[in-house]
Amino acid sequence: MSLWKHHGKFERHSLLLVIGILVVVSIGGLVEIAPLFWLQSTIEKVEGVRPYTPLELAGRDIYIREGCYVCHSQMIRPLRDEVERYGHYSLAAESMYDHPFQWGSKRTGPDLARVGGKYSDGWHVDHLTNPRSVVPESVMPPYAFLKDKDLRQVDLGKKLIAMKRLGVPYSQEDIDKVLVDVEAQADPYSSDAVDLRKRYGAKVVNRDFDGDPSRVTEMDALIAYLQMLGAQVDFSTYHPDQTQNQR
Amino acid sequence: MPTNLSARPAPLPGSGLLLALVVFGGLLFTVAAALTDDPLFRMSCFVFVTAAVLAGFALTAGISSGQLKDEPDKYMDGVIRAGVIATMFWGAVGMLVGVVIAAQLSFPDLLYFPQAGWLNFGRLRPLHTSGVIFAFGGNALICTSFWVVQRTSRARLAGGIAPWFVFWGYQLFIVLAALGYVSGITQSREYAEPEWFVDLWLTVVWVAYLLVFLGTIWKRKEPHIYVANWFYLAFIVTIALLHVVNNLALPIDILSSRSYSLFSGVQDALTQWWYGHNAVGFFLTAGFLAMMYYFVPKRVERPVFSYRLSIVHFWALIFIYIWAGPHHLHYTALPQWAQTLGMTFSIMLWMPSWGGMINGLMTLSGAWDKLRTDPVVRMMVVAIAFYGMSTFEGPVMSIRAVNALSHYTDWTIGHVHSGALGWVGFISFGAIYCMVPWLWKKEKLFSNALVEWHFWIATTGILLYIAAMWVSGIMEGLMWREYTPQGFLAYSFIETVSAKHVENVIRTLGGLMFLSGTLIMIYNLIRTVRMPSVTQGDAGAPALSAPATA
Repeated sequence: MSLWKHHGKFERHSLLLVIGILVVVSIGGLVEIAPLFWLQSTIEKVEGVRPYTPLELAGRDIYIREGCYVCHSQMIRPLRDEVERYGHYSLAAESMYDHPFQWGSKRTGPDLARVGGKYSDGWHVDHLTNPRSVVPESVMPPYAFLKDKDLRQVDLGKKLIAMKRLGVPYSQEDIDKVLVDVEAQADPYSSDAVDLRKRYGAKVVNRDFDGDPSRVTEMDALIAYLQMLGAQVDFSTYHPDQTQNQR
Repeated sequence: MPTNLSARPAPLPGSGLLLALVVFGGLLFTVAAALTDDPLFRMSCFVFVTAAVLAGFALTAGISSGQLKDEPDKYMDGVIRAGVIATMFWGAVGMLVGVVIAAQLSFPDLLYFPQAGWLNFGRLRPLHTSGVIFAFGGNALICTSFWVVQRTSRARLAGGIAPWFVFWGYQLFIVLAALGYVSGITQSREYAEPEWFVDLWLTVVWVAYLLVFLGTIWKRKEPHIYVANWFYLAFIVTIALLHVVNNLALPIDILSSRSYSLFSGVQDALTQWWYGHNAVGFFLTAGFLAMMYYFVPKRVERPVFSYRLSIVHFWALIFIYIWAGPHHLHYTALPQWAQTLGMTFSIMLWMPSWGGMINGLMTLSGAWDKLRTDPVVRMMVVAIAFYGMSTFEGPVMSIRAVNALSHYTDWTIGHVHSGALGWVGFISFGAIYCMVPWLWKKEKLFSNALVEWHFWIATTGILLYIAAMWVSGIMEGLMWREYTPQGFLAYSFIETVSAKHVENVIRTLGGLMFLSGTLIMIYNLIRTVRMPSVTQGDAGAPALSAPATA
């Protein structure tokens, strides 16, 4: 058949082969990924999703640094057992400010998409310090060192600026007050917390997350992040049956 | 002692330029280390500076002593020998880390240290995955591709010093990535964890690799580009594309190790798994299929089974693979149309995968007796069999209904390891068993009996590993969705964790056996290299050994 002879061109001209490869491997990605950026229905319209406060963002970076995503997903699937075990299935809108996403791929430990508010701060401190002190059969590593490390705050301003450049709606005031906001959220008696809530939303809590009022540690930041996970969306305003949410 | 400069042999072209660049780079990173206030970035700068100093000394010594001499009429095999050594070294390291983290999940009380965060599972797991995929697999791909492209093109590697730059630049990438993981530099993108500056470095090295490979093809004395080179080329080109797009990120500061990805949420998730699945498709499949297409015909001294099948195999495989990413995101917040497309193409992918498997296996037509007499052939054939098995299992797991059970469980881990240990591991071992006697001019391997031991210990280890992961994965998947007659969830999450203890121990044992096989291989190869060489007819005679095309 003559078709096979035409293939000889690819076997004789390396540039033609390279171009052929590039064309063939580009199609799938273009068809699947590109529409996600312009199809309106990709991300639901829901109330309540907000950018992370500086303390939560710092906690999220610790979550990433320690590789928590390796064993914990943040993506509840719309299956009966998952919804009953973890809560309402995850919406695309809930991770719209996640650069990068933290959906995960493996549940060596349970899903954390809605772990916020499920346990007390004290439980988290005990559990992170020594997981087997509260869950005897756990295989999770201990993170006792987080309590002893002061939170590195000098680059938090830069982090917010980078996020803003990527499209996360931080205001100039958020960026200017980044260090004040960190102190305010880690202090249950802070007078700046009112201003913090005014900008980030009424659900933001200010507590001494790690039980050590003398300083802001990495433990403070990580628990602040864990305690806000999945608690943002007001599901009374989300109607899955509406056509714009049918995906 | 007269030092006659004009009598000194000409060094490899580009050596002087590279030396200048190395000095400049060393100075640049010294300045960066002084200016940054990020301790992790400073550490990485010091790694760059150390590498520059070592490279500077090595280049200066190489040029002045004449060791780096250019031999345009010979194959360039020194860099391949270095690649073989690096492959086996990183293989042992990566597999050892795998055994350690498997043991951590089996015995968490023994193997975690509360004040040593860098030894925790979350930091060591990327070290294991990158260690075996990029350090072991990557070095195997680079060194075999350098061998294959020279022999099948009958041309010396192009670019003068560039192949050595590719080799050492790639080792520097590995060291930067590995030190980054344990000290906490990561972007949390699975199998693409290195941060922006390491990604940029890898891009430079990878472009150099592409140019060396293409340049050698341009110099070829054969009219046809051999089929193995199509696969190597697809692997190099597509990995470049995937790497660049998936790692698009904005550093928070030019002197900081931290960056944030350009995309977020659902778009970011699909970009990552478009990358992630095609790291499997193009790094762990296409590149190693190239190995199959060269080393299997060569070893059994038979032509590739079907030339037409290899054409169909090639284009169908690279076209379909790229679509398969969304099957990693079934039932997630990714729109369902994308999930369905991903699933459809994943099932279609079964066909080209098995086409390739058949093409590889049937190449043994008329030489099946070698399965009995040559353990290296047996290793490569079993590799192809594992390839067939995991490319059947993959499409099954990509079906939404199956994925609802298998996703998030150990089943996925077992699936990956049947491909990684069985296919990638064994085909690389086979290729290296072939290449070492050729490269070091030995008549044969030191011991075929040790190859037998390696084969059986490693095969048994793989079977223990994947059987344990099937059991624990399907068990935990079923336990998560189990209901009591009263309609409550039957098990708490932690009950599913403790139920897996036995399987975790068996998995550790399986991994330990696979590692033992690798150590036996290393011993065998060292003894082979130490054997007396065959007739010292000038090493690496140029241009011969025509490819085994049909």
